[in-house]
Amino acid sequence: METIWFIVVCFLLISYVVLDGFDLGAGTLHLLVAREDRERRAVLMAVGPVWDGNEVALVASGGALILAFPSLYASALSGFYLPMFIVFWLLVLRGVSIEVRQTMNDPLWHSFWDFTFFLGSALLPFAFGTALANVMRGLPLHENGFFFMPLWTDFDPLSSHPGILDWYTTIIGFLAFFALATHGANFLAVRTRGEVRARARIFSISGWVATLVLTVLGTVSTFYLFPRRLDNFFGMPWGLAFPLAALGGLAGMGYFALRGRDWPAFASSALYVAGMLASTAFSLFPDVLPATNPANSLTVHNASTTTHGLVVGMISWLVGMVLAAAWFFITYGLFFRERIEEEG
Amino acid sequence: MILSGSGVVVGLLQGNSEAWVLDRWQFGGNLLYHYLYPQFNMGIILLIFIIETLHLRTRKDFYRKAADFWVKIFAPAFVIGAVTGIPLEFGFGTNWAIFSKVSGGVIGQTLAMEGVFAFFLESAFLAIYIYGQDMFGAWGRWVSALAILVGSWGSAYFILSVNAWMQHPVGYEKLPDGQLALKHFWEFLLNPWLYSHQLEHVLNGAVITGCFAMAGLGAFYVLSGRDVEYGRFFVTLGVVVGVFASLMQVWPFGDAESRAVSEQQPIKLAAQEGVFDTERGAPWVLIGQISMEQQKIVNPVEIPRFLSFLAYRDWNSRVEGLDAFPKKLWPDNVPFVYYGFRSMVLLGFLFAGMMVLAALLLLWGGRLFRARWMLWVLMLSPPLPFVANSVGWITAETGRQPWIAYGLLRTSQSASPLVGVGSLYFTLAGMLGVFALLSLLYAVIVLGLIRGGPEEEQELEGEELKVGG
Repeated sequence: METIWFIVVCFLLISYVVLDGFDLGAGTLHLLVAREDRERRAVLMAVGPVWDGNEVALVASGGALILAFPSLYASALSGFYLPMFIVFWLLVLRGVSIEVRQTMNDPLWHSFWDFTFFLGSALLPFAFGTALANVMRGLPLHENGFFFMPLWTDFDPLSSHPGILDWYTTIIGFLAFFALATHGANFLAVRTRGEVRARARIFSISGWVATLVLTVLGTVSTFYLFPRRLDNFFGMPWGLAFPLAALGGLAGMGYFALRGRDWPAFASSALYVAGMLASTAFSLFPDVLPATNPANSLTVHNASTTTHGLVVGMISWLVGMVLAAAWFFITYGLFFRERIEEEG
Repeated sequence: MILSGSGVVVGLLQGNSEAWVLDRWQFGGNLLYHYLYPQFNMGIILLIFIIETLHLRTRKDFYRKAADFWVKIFAPAFVIGAVTGIPLEFGFGTNWAIFSKVSGGVIGQTLAMEGVFAFFLESAFLAIYIYGQDMFGAWGRWVSALAILVGSWGSAYFILSVNAWMQHPVGYEKLPDGQLALKHFWEFLLNPWLYSHQLEHVLNGAVITGCFAMAGLGAFYVLSGRDVEYGRFFVTLGVVVGVFASLMQVWPFGDAESRAVSEQQPIKLAAQEGVFDTERGAPWVLIGQISMEQQKIVNPVEIPRFLSFLAYRDWNSRVEGLDAFPKKLWPDNVPFVYYGFRSMVLLGFLFAGMMVLAALLLLWGGRLFRARWMLWVLMLSPPLPFVANSVGWITAETGRQPWIAYGLLRTSQSASPLVGVGSLYFTLAGMLGVFALLSLLYAVIVLGLIRGGPEEEQELEGEELKVGG
């Protein structure tokens, strides 16, 4: 049952990144792909109806996490105290930017919120990538299962006092930034037309190149620094399906972007993001929060609540999730039907 | 009742003895600010749903415009509520890590349900309501409004069940390592604390906020002689719903919740009523200054024996004062609880009085719209319900101290063990900055909408750009 909940939490988090990923990416690129006011408004029209629902996946992950793995929830959130709050503030800034831009018809007002929309959208993927890299690297967990990380120390991932930012986590942060920017470009190519779409396609290709380079760099440094992350792939070779999916997605992103086929390119970048995250989760299992001293690691077994709680939680979660999926398909079905047109 | 002195859950871990007071400011401050928006929205969405029902029956454009206008005020409040709510959901972990670790397996049940049952519903249908205007007729609008109403009230239910567990823990079992786990799901979900009218008390408080906001804005339009037709409609709707809501808040809801407190948390009752000495036939203090030095209410204006009646329905019953309990079980800020409760109750009576008066003037051949003084009162009163709801929560939560989970776990032992004072000052300062910015923006947006008025067809963000084939 612990394993099932591990899969549920991973599923929710991956859904969050894939979904919010495209609107974060769109926000990151909008200053570049949309130059004029009407183009910017077209981007906001694409993001507007879905961003809030996408962020609900984050809240749902938080709920699932505290239900199933209270010790993990307590340790990770208090340990990443400072970056968590920075993420909250970025989410505030971004959400507000989307909502208030149109309330005043003034070019300065618009420019300001366009910039904050960009800033929030660009920094969040970087923060998420860095956080994930911290988990891969391992955390200085005490025997009581808690830790606290400063934002940076000596920038050495193998240091005895690691900080949140080191050269390894920074690489993964940039990987996340470029991967989601490309995902966002593909989303805009699907949802818009005209100039915005043409520029989004260009960024889809150049973003793909950057993602490719950083994927290689990130993967190589992960396995060079932390060879034990390969163990699960040797032990359970079926797990290779996840990195293969990511590779397929990566290849598809380039292939379809070059041919200008927007929908397959968008699906490929979603597959790539999901595949990369699933590979990461697979390589961590059964750890959920690995410690620099492996004896202190939190695993699905020592961080979870009782089986009774997990079973009851699963029943209510499944019922809720069926309903949530229904609302989700209704909304997306409605809003993805037609392309957004810019209007003069 | 478990009031043995020290908590049942002990020895698991010690919380952060220096920082926990700042953790309370962080979490409590965030909650108080956050709740300004959902209480408004939960009330307003009920009124919007009523307007949509009128629209569905009459198909008058007037109602469609009225609903659109309020949705435009609702939407940014929804966004601010969402972005200030995320740090609360995660705040159990960032600031109260020991509490999360101990009780996450229990309260996590409804925290997880809130996401999948309420938030997805609410955000999906709000998107349809705002961006999908062209695609649906009156029925689509009505269904969307209903779904948002169900989603937002459902969300309140799930969060209140977490709070109810903290006030009155049920349905759990204690594990050997000191953590708690779910034992009886239905007992937890149907916590008697929640059903002692606490749920209705909170939701109805939100309805009162919504009614005063609607009536107040309507009064402004009538007084300033613009959009008078809408103004009259807003006043009428706000007063008609508000008179029922504000009367029911006094009785049965408020009264029933106080009686639940007197049964389950006699220390909180003593603190909120300012009773220091146990006595029979205790008077009810209308107002008076509390003195912790003299341990009594100075210069009280009181109704003899009334508290005994209120609490136990017997004019001569014995009410336990704070002296009946050891000092370490007292709330750590008794005056805050006392004044919080007094303010809430007196405001509650004031609301009932104002609404009854307005309703009588309305019934008396619509004299309300000629009684400028009453319209002035309505126009200036919308901030008051926000105050009442906030001080109500301060009473409930400060009165729960020193426990984070009543009788089980002390607040001072529940904070994140390794988050330092410096980090907390940093996030407190940042939080204040963010809230100042959000308040300013919301004021700008709402003032702009009010100036524009319901007739202005400048639209919901969505309609500016056509969605073409």
